[in-house]
Amino acid sequence: MLVREIVQLSRQAFTAIYVIPEITHQAEDFAMWDYTDKVKDYFFNPKNAGVLAGANAVGEVGAISCGDALKLMLQVNPTTEVIEDARFQTFGCGSAIASSSALTEIVIGKTISQALAITNQDIADFLGGLPPEKMHCSVMGYEALQAAVASYRGEEWHDDHDEGALICKCFGVDEGVIERAVRVNKLTTPEQVTFYTKAGGGCLTCFEGIEQVLSKVNAAMVEEGLITAEAAYQIGSIDPRALKSKAKPSELRKPRIDVEQLMATKPTAAPLVSPLAPVKTTPKLTTLQKIKAIEAAIEDLRPFLKADGGDCQLIDVEGDLVQVKLSGACIGCQMASVTISGVREKLIEKLGIPLRVVPV
Amino acid sequence: MRPVYLDNNATTRVDPAVVAAMLPFFTEQFGNASSMHAFGAEVGGAVKAARKQLQGLIGAEHDHEVVFTSGGTESDNAAILSALEAAPERTEIITSAVEHPAILSLAAHLEKTRDIKVHIIPVDARGRLDRDAYRAALSPRVAIASIMWANNETGTLFPVAELAEEAKAVGALFHTDAVQAVGKIPIDLKSTAIDMLSLSGHKLHGPKGIGALYVKRGVRFRSQIKGGQQERGRRGGTENTPGIIGLGKAAELAGLHMTEENTRVKSLRDRLEKGLLQRIPNTFITGDTDHRLPNTCNIACEYIEGEAILLLLNRAGIAASSGSACTSGSLEPSHVLRAMNIPYTAAHGATRFSFSRDNTDEDVDQVIEAMPPIIAKLRELSPFWDGGQGTKDFRPIYA
Repeated sequence: MLVREIVQLSRQAFTAIYVIPEITHQAEDFAMWDYTDKVKDYFFNPKNAGVLAGANAVGEVGAISCGDALKLMLQVNPTTEVIEDARFQTFGCGSAIASSSALTEIVIGKTISQALAITNQDIADFLGGLPPEKMHCSVMGYEALQAAVASYRGEEWHDDHDEGALICKCFGVDEGVIERAVRVNKLTTPEQVTFYTKAGGGCLTCFEGIEQVLSKVNAAMVEEGLITAEAAYQIGSIDPRALKSKAKPSELRKPRIDVEQLMATKPTAAPLVSPLAPVKTTPKLTTLQKIKAIEAAIEDLRPFLKADGGDCQLIDVEGDLVQVKLSGACIGCQMASVTISGVREKLIEKLGIPLRVVPV
Repeated sequence: MRPVYLDNNATTRVDPAVVAAMLPFFTEQFGNASSMHAFGAEVGGAVKAARKQLQGLIGAEHDHEVVFTSGGTESDNAAILSALEAAPERTEIITSAVEHPAILSLAAHLEKTRDIKVHIIPVDARGRLDRDAYRAALSPRVAIASIMWANNETGTLFPVAELAEEAKAVGALFHTDAVQAVGKIPIDLKSTAIDMLSLSGHKLHGPKGIGALYVKRGVRFRSQIKGGQQERGRRGGTENTPGIIGLGKAAELAGLHMTEENTRVKSLRDRLEKGLLQRIPNTFITGDTDHRLPNTCNIACEYIEGEAILLLLNRAGIAASSGSACTSGSLEPSHVLRAMNIPYTAAHGATRFSFSRDNTDEDVDQVIEAMPPIIAKLRELSPFWDGGQGTKDFRPIYA
């Protein structure tokens, strides 16, 4: 009797609320990687793709076996040394194609010597950031640019072997490439070296080699005051087996901006934070400075929110807790939580300190 | 336009009839199957019915040969660990180079931590098992041989019935990871020497988080999850009744659709392959095209990279998957394509389309229309593409 009553009650309740959902699909909303809109745009609509007939500077890096390769073609004015045109051809994933295209946009109009000052970080920044695992795409762009300039000057670009020992045989990465990536990007872990250069991304038998180069370069960087002694890598502090088992697809899909890593490797460009501040401690901002910086960051975001018919207002800041109010189309939108995390990411990126963002 | 879902080897849509069958077990039939009262008895009966439905799909002789688990990975782990525990004097296992990580990472772990000798049997360029190497590895030292029924990436079928006979001859157990095969091809376990078989609910329009391990009657089994006496003491833990009921219903439906899977679904797959091969140069099908699942198409396109293909397909409303490095977060192409020695020129551009009974002719039309311009666009961008000049000289050994 009792059972039957429960059965009937719950059945009624269920027919009322349960509707088998239609499959819904928003083609560009989900992505295998958390690419920025700019990366997607440069991938879907690449600028300067193809062969440049009048190229007088060509840089080719990568190989088909490695999964990505780039041929960068420049047309340099011999009198002014200004890069007047640039084209690329890329074999690779979405971010490799986007990075190559971005590179051509960056270099056009620059002189050869200005171009040489471009780092892989500049390419990543131009695209609004790359997932950590995809940073090697920006490094490939950097290498191709160096190679192209060398070819223009009639020099030989040594992209491997000649620049110290070959470290990673799977991907043909030598000491010089690792050293540059470590210096330019202030890398402090073997995992980051893999993300930026691919070294160690295959069999990982070169782990000790990577460790040695990393710790050597880190030690030099400590001497030069570029990183703190605390941040520098110590040989043996990571078990390579942990690294290997960590290379599981699902676990590699980290958020695009990892606070830890941001703090450790990329002193933020925000003027409020001294680049010399100890890397692992939170830069001290007064609440007023914080509010101003957050408001500026939200201002930057506003056009994107407005484009979707929404808006965002700063309500309060308390310690690391930022309260915002979403309005317009953001209200009741299932993507609101995505928006909030986007706002959080942006704020962290701008301020360089960990923050929590909650809607009120 | 209707989105086209062609990634059914990754997971399938839960059949609405399965959902409907499961729902009461979240609500009115919430009882614990082990309980003595009416609530429990009702549920216990439903679990038994689901066991029989699954028994029917895999052709097991007895319903109690079905042990419900949390899915394919647990079943794989349980089978191998049980075999090693039940025959401690045997310290070797055999498996293939193209198994699912559920087997391969367990094997690597056992090799490292327990000193178990693991024989990894290679495959040829079409993904076929090296039968001689398999026979050579078999010996009275082998506790269990585990070879998948069908490969998830290429759909290649392995001759598991014969392999099981050969294992039996040396007294080794034979297990097969049939996660991709169950529901797609007819299976009749009682007529084989297969001792254990893993299957998973969500690959056959059932729910995620439920699967089963078939354990042939008479096979010594050592439970890996200790607890209560559920599943005849072979898998502790209160039964996931909604999942079990859902899996049972999914098995029943898979049986009803078996002919369709091997006729209509197969012809969709074949039409897609033909259409793509005709329209896209420097492209070939990977895997053993003579012995393959009816639903799987793995097509390799030279000189381009898989993640880029998937991103563009996704924008065209088509969901597929890739053996390329970049999609997985690893830096190398999939272990399956590497084991088959697919050249790097093509392995990075391998794309898998996997069908189910949900797919239609329109889906195939949509892919045949969308794919050629995508490949053309990416090849246009690729420094390795020579504009198709090399087509004539292109002689892939797998075609």
